[in-house]
Amino acid sequence: MASKGILGTKVGMTQVFDEDNRVVPVTIVQATPNTVTQVKTVESDGYTAVQLAYGTKKHVTKPLAGHLGKAGIDTAKALAELRLEDGDELPELGSTVSVETFAKGDVIDVTGTSKGKGYTGVMKRHNFRGMGDGHGVKKKNRHPGSVGNASTPGRTFKGQRMAGRTGGARVTVQNLEVVDIDTQHQLILVKGAVPGADGQVVFVRSAVKSMTKDGDA
Amino acid sequence: MNKVDVVESSRLRDDLPEFWPGDTVKVNVRVVEGTRSRIQVFEGVVIARKGGGLRETFTVRKVSFGVGVERTFPLHSPVIESLEVARRGKVRRAKLYYLRDRVGKKARIKEKREPIG
Repeated sequence: MASKGILGTKVGMTQVFDEDNRVVPVTIVQATPNTVTQVKTVESDGYTAVQLAYGTKKHVTKPLAGHLGKAGIDTAKALAELRLEDGDELPELGSTVSVETFAKGDVIDVTGTSKGKGYTGVMKRHNFRGMGDGHGVKKKNRHPGSVGNASTPGRTFKGQRMAGRTGGARVTVQNLEVVDIDTQHQLILVKGAVPGADGQVVFVRSAVKSMTKDGDA
Repeated sequence: MNKVDVVESSRLRDDLPEFWPGDTVKVNVRVVEGTRSRIQVFEGVVIARKGGGLRETFTVRKVSFGVGVERTFPLHSPVIESLEVARRGKVRRAKLYYLRDRVGKKARIKEKREPIG
């Protein structure tokens, strides 16, 4: 099955009831129709993909305007590339993709920019345990402890996890489920949480490692 | 209307009567046993309502064989087949958690008398 994708905005979270009357937490993603702004083929680019454009913004640079103009639109807030299999049926330049591309029960991955946490310590950033909150530990209760050995090797290894900027990175959550589609309001209800703050652009696409029982992606 | 409300509004149920903390209610709960489902009644005093929109819940407390039993239901859940108010209570606060520490006569709630006419 060809992979599907759409760019949208994270609206917020709520909960709904499923057919067994259980409460299901959902994230609402609003996705107005995306426009196909570029079709990449093996001949032209060496691989197969489509580029999708979503939303509007105030100022569009001339190079971007020129690029979008080829697809017949004049503005876009975000672009994303959706990789397809060689030999998949390709959409036409300028055609649109709406939320109806997904159906209830589809398994998806959602990519977004996580909330920025600023400069944080190792306990928040890497889930370190810290030190004891009593028993003679002096003002070190949230410290990382040792960062290496003594004269051999005489240095701290690269990649040693330390405090630093946290969040604000591109994050993908895999294997979420589409709980419902609202075609009237262009909404996708995704089971569970999605990276980023409300109002941020997220990319929803078919799961790359689907774990559904029937093997349908 | 914001988009969260759009999703919630179509799923809210409006068939339940108005009830507040202090009221005694009979909640008809759908219970699924294997393949068949039946209705079970849970009757008690509403001691709290929490949350808003589709996420609103209420807690019903009853004393069963000397043991206090509390059940919290999502207000808009399809699990609730129907709900009837058996008695209106007159209380002075929104959360009646103090009932947990009281037994017998002290755990009574005055009935609210509606003005006639």
